[in-house]
Amino acid sequence: MPEKYHIETTHMPPRLPRIGKYGIIDWREDCARCHNCVKKACIYDKYREESKFIKSLDSIHTIYFECMGCFSCVQNCTKGLLCLTVNPEYKKLGNEYWTPEIFRTTWLQAETGKVPVSGAGYRGKFYGPGFDSMWTDMSEIVRPTRDGIHGREYISTSVDIGRKPSFLTFTGDKMTSSLSSLLSVPLPVIFDMTSPYHTLPVLEPSIIEAARKTGLIAIIDSKKWHLIKNYDEKYLSHIAFHLNPDSHDIPQEILNKTRLVEIPDSDHIERHINAIRNINPDIVIAIRLPLTPKSVDRSIELAGMNVEVIHLVADQKGNELDSKKPRFIKDMIRDIHGRLIKDEKRDEVTIIAGGGIGLPEHLAKAVICGADLVSINLPLLIALECRLCDSCKPGDYCPAELDKNIDIEYGAGRMTNLMGAWHWQLVEVMGAMGMREARRLRGDVGRAMFYEELQNEIYGPIFST
Amino acid sequence: MGQYSVHKANLKEVLPDNTLNSRVPQVKVKREIKPCPARHLNEIAKYIIFRDEEKCRMCGTCYKICPKGVHVLKPGYKLFATPKSYKCIGFKCENTDNYCIAKCPNGALRLVENPMMEALGDYRWTSDIILATWKMAETGDVLPEDTDYEYETGASGGGYDRLRLKYPDKPLAEVADDEIDISIDLNKRNDGKPKIRIDVPWYGGGMSYGSVSNVTQLSKVRAATAWNTFSCSGEGGYMERFRPYDDHMITQVATGLFGVREETIQRVPVVEFKYAQGAKPGLGGHLLGSKNTLSVSRMREAVQGIPLFSPFPFHSVYSIEDHMKHIDWIKHVNPRVLISTKVSTPTDVDMVAVGSYFAGTHIIHIDGGYGGTGAAPDIAKKNIAMPLEYAIPKVHSFLVAEHARDSVTLIASGGIRSYFDIAKSIALGADGVVIGTAELVALGCVRCGRCESGRGCPRSIATTDPGLTGKMNIEWGTQRLINLFNAWSMGLKDILKRFGMKKISELCGRTDLLSNLDFTNTR
Ligand code: SF4
Ligand code: SF4
Ligand code: SF4
Repeated sequence: MPEKYHIETTHMPPRLPRIGKYGIIDWREDCARCHNCVKKACIYDKYREESKFIKSLDSIHTIYFECMGCFSCVQNCTKGLLCLTVNPEYKKLGNEYWTPEIFRTTWLQAETGKVPVSGAGYRGKFYGPGFDSMWTDMSEIVRPTRDGIHGREYISTSVDIGRKPSFLTFTGDKMTSSLSSLLSVPLPVIFDMTSPYHTLPVLEPSIIEAARKTGLIAIIDSKKWHLIKNYDEKYLSHIAFHLNPDSHDIPQEILNKTRLVEIPDSDHIERHINAIRNINPDIVIAIRLPLTPKSVDRSIELAGMNVEVIHLVADQKGNELDSKKPRFIKDMIRDIHGRLIKDEKRDEVTIIAGGGIGLPEHLAKAVICGADLVSINLPLLIALECRLCDSCKPGDYCPAELDKNIDIEYGAGRMTNLMGAWHWQLVEVMGAMGMREARRLRGDVGRAMFYEELQNEIYGPIFST
Repeated sequence: MGQYSVHKANLKEVLPDNTLNSRVPQVKVKREIKPCPARHLNEIAKYIIFRDEEKCRMCGTCYKICPKGVHVLKPGYKLFATPKSYKCIGFKCENTDNYCIAKCPNGALRLVENPMMEALGDYRWTSDIILATWKMAETGDVLPEDTDYEYETGASGGGYDRLRLKYPDKPLAEVADDEIDISIDLNKRNDGKPKIRIDVPWYGGGMSYGSVSNVTQLSKVRAATAWNTFSCSGEGGYMERFRPYDDHMITQVATGLFGVREETIQRVPVVEFKYAQGAKPGLGGHLLGSKNTLSVSRMREAVQGIPLFSPFPFHSVYSIEDHMKHIDWIKHVNPRVLISTKVSTPTDVDMVAVGSYFAGTHIIHIDGGYGGTGAAPDIAKKNIAMPLEYAIPKVHSFLVAEHARDSVTLIASGGIRSYFDIAKSIALGADGVVIGTAELVALGCVRCGRCESGRGCPRSIATTDPGLTGKMNIEWGTQRLINLFNAWSMGLKDILKRFGMKKISELCGRTDLLSNLDFTNTR
């Protein structure tokens, strides 16, 4: 059995006041000044925390109140003066895809490294667009792998990046197949380049540090090479440069120490591949392919050209680019995965899917739909308390104060915690299915249920007459 | 009602000898409907009436015309008390002759929708459903005609919330109220075990001591006793205080086997095997260390303060044959017991159901993912397993195809909020349901989801913290549930009446009486 994969997490409280979901509005006029004011009875002691916080403020730009929404004080106040509302700051977080709920849960995981747990059942929508229109399976009767959740057995979340030959050839005792290089990562996740929009000084160094701590790989734009010039081998094996056609200034000896490299798709893809191979014959080469209406065919074509890894990237909300009626990434992956199987090429190419992956359930579902692994970047940014307010041009005011200096250890710690929690959640989902290996989860749609299919199969015969 | 109901069953037939010998006298709880207002000073209202004290001339018009008693002038007081807004029916009143806002000669009154509604409830349990449940638990009656709570459906956008009951324009037969029977049989096997019939098509779900307080547990079982149905001990052991209600208890055998003993199995008429639970399908139970107080640890025979895991799944069950051995074990310990098998909803839930039927279970209990008080990972609640609304017809039709449907009772649970959900579940193919959250809401739960953390529920329901538990008492809790059950049974009977049915069993599997807004036949 391989050594168990474990991500070390430490408590990393937020730098800024928390943006809770609920707030209490206090109509102070008419207060009867009761001796046993209900505020003292808050079992979370929120009022005391609030006044302590306000006293500690040097400037007031945040209204702090992180109430748990139990209504006890509201319902017991002698004069009925208190009113509980949803915090407007909370509602403003993110956008229609990156919902306030994603922020809430990501922040919690970045702080604690733990799996978010709550009582009182599921409270959300029945289904929704994107990843919310599928469910993962569970199995009722024991498969020993379930024990993985409680640590008695091992559920492996490792996956490989690179080509696996379909068969080996031998002459006598000697193997004559040439094995291409293959690298393993302990979680089906790769950290993607941050968008040029997010030019924050600490971002790349924190991401690289988090990649090292978690054993993962971070794709770094070669233009940002200057940020990490002094990094040694310890780090380089966790970095995959995205080589821009217009910047070739990564020194050969550096490229030699990395295991994976990414190049954009182009007409001269084979020439580029050969050029890189000449420098480092063992390196795995990924082709970055924007997810457009053409990318299904193009993926098949690339697989035919013996490309080892295709990194498909949708927009940040998981939608197809350049399309009037964009499809969602999960549906496109299913399509590409299916086509590759038909062409008997599936095992020869690794599919990385990126764009719109915001929660660990998205990771599990993308893999079930046929990706080998996913790429993420916004969750790492959100871990640093970013609110995706889209105002981070240099010189603008960043409400998450990410333009200030953040300790890299701290930034990487929050990201590491997040990955620790994601790892456990993937294990939970796999454990429920009785699944021992993330490698085997790929494309196993039999372990998922899709909204449209359930509607048709179960409700169709009943209701469409 | 039913000729084999627990009350009337011959005890010698129902109970093993040693249980009979150690049996304590059983307590009767009266099925009496009494007003039972909320425990809190300020009931949350959908609308708020504001009175401008400066404009009010104390003419008394509002006080006189409002039939709901919103405006209160206490004897001996000169000024009106704060309006009892929660009694107000809101803008619906505009069309009546007693709309105080319009009638106030001085324009002193203002009606607004309470901004707090946004913070109360969620997509499944909307603020309207919570407030309506509170109202029914208070009055014991269905909601008055003029209410404007949207109680029939929530806002989840799927499942029950897209299903509607398709009433005929006129009932197919005239049925008198007292002819309608909503009782169901729990044993359809004809295997010589007791025929147990419960008066209503629901019973209370398992909530262990630890996950909820003993006041909550006792209120549940007392209401179940009054309504001749069942409550369930959950996994945390069988409290001595349950013993006067043994005849209305189901005890659970779950994977952790916490507090399971032969004598507790012998006490009860029904034993439930909990294979999985919908809130965390495929995952074990987990009681956080902070909730494992001294009294909890004693009952579970565990060490105080450490988190208690029930592993998933049963480590003695690898196949349906193993499940059968489990059932044989229980039947051996208590030869007169009925067996319920509680499973979650995987893709092959229909196979699981048929398998457990052949293994000898009396009740197949499928648990969907919307219920549960205990701590469950958010990722599991949202993503794992099939929604209940698909699982019911899937299991029902497979049991029919296997010619097993008439010999087994199919119970659905996990997110049943109202008698409308019950009617829809039955029309989809269940015989009855198990409820849990609805009971907690009747006791004042606001669905804040904090049941699992720290000292537990701030509303004194799902907690074992001595300071918090004391804030609710058993009489109040029992009455609220008895009231809710009354309102529900009235509501259900009304539905049957509109269909012209005398028995709830006539509704079972009648998907033709449902429409689904996502399909075309909305009538
Ligand atoms: S609603 Fe509950 S958690 Fe919020 S401040 Fe009041 S008592 Fe505390
Ligand atoms: S009707 Fe208007 S003025 Fe008269 S008592 Fe009511 S609020 Fe006051
Ligand atoms: S903690 Fe909140 S959700 Fe849980 S039972 Fe109490 S009030 Fe309900």
